Amino acid sequence: MPTWSNLSLQDANSPLMEQLIFFHDHTMMILFMITIMVSYIMMTTMFNSYINRYLLENQTIELIWTIMPAVTLLFIAIPSLKILYLMDEINNPMLTIKAIGHQWYWSYEYSDMNNIEMESYMKPTNSLEEGDFRLLEVDNRIILPMKSTIRILVTSSDVIHSWTIPSMGIKIDGTPGRLNQGNMNINRPGLMYGQCSEICGANHSFMPIVIESVSMNQFMNWLNSN
Amino acid sequence: MSTAIMAAAPKASEKHSTAPFDPRFPNQNQTKYCYQSFLDFHRCQKVKGTNYEPCNYFKRVYKSMCPNEWVDKWEGQLDAGTFAGRV
Repeated sequence: MPTWSNLSLQDANSPLMEQLIFFHDHTMMILFMITIMVSYIMMTTMFNSYINRYLLENQTIELIWTIMPAVTLLFIAIPSLKILYLMDEINNPMLTIKAIGHQWYWSYEYSDMNNIEMESYMKPTNSLEEGDFRLLEVDNRIILPMKSTIRILVTSSDVIHSWTIPSMGIKIDGTPGRLNQGNMNINRPGLMYGQCSEICGANHSFMPIVIESVSMNQFMNWLNSN
Repeated sequence: MSTAIMAAAPKASEKHSTAPFDPRFPNQNQTKYCYQSFLDFHRCQKVKGTNYEPCNYFKRVYKSMCPNEWVDKWEGQLDAGTFAGRV
């Protein structure tokens, strides 16, 4: 989850987010190199006195500054596409959960087994307990097993919502009449926080998402107790 | 959830499964997977009768894939004879 004055991405809780962070760092490295090189060139052109009045064309340098950016873009585009398609992939999920956006709360369905349905409202500030996060806690958390492939289906019952967990690299729009699929594989036990990411009305900011990741044994016991 | 509930060991015999990957629906949009399975279940029952066990595969798939709200709506339409699909 985010910590105070956090500047970069949240720590990864899933293999996909790890890949996204690698890609982000890789691209940032290229961006820094470009920025430094361009500012160096601009500075030198401003302050040197190498002026040639008879220079009208130079095929070689034109060739270089056409091919060089193309190659640079390839180095960004190829890993970007790789992760894009990796995020779409679904690998034999062992569990399907459904998240349904409402104005203004999320509801969840676990209907592979004993059809658990629950509604997840934000905890109002006056009922927070010690250590709770304001505007982020919910009354019913999504309980999920860690280290297993989970399919998440997102839809909505009224307007467009967006179901997001930044530390797992997931953001799926919930559109009425449509089912969007996502893939989760949680690395560790703990709590993962997210917020609705599509402006959905007056209380858009007050419909957070909380995942409680537990071990498979504990998950099964929770299922059986419901 | 109390930790006492979590402490008990799960039964080994229980097998949970969900709708598998279907190559007809390789995209992020899974709406048709849900709808097609719902349709297939009712078509299957129409041909084979309500006691034919293999039909229940489609039921398990649409139970996993469809939001309960949709299923309730479609079943209401089937009862009322207003369901748009060709069963």
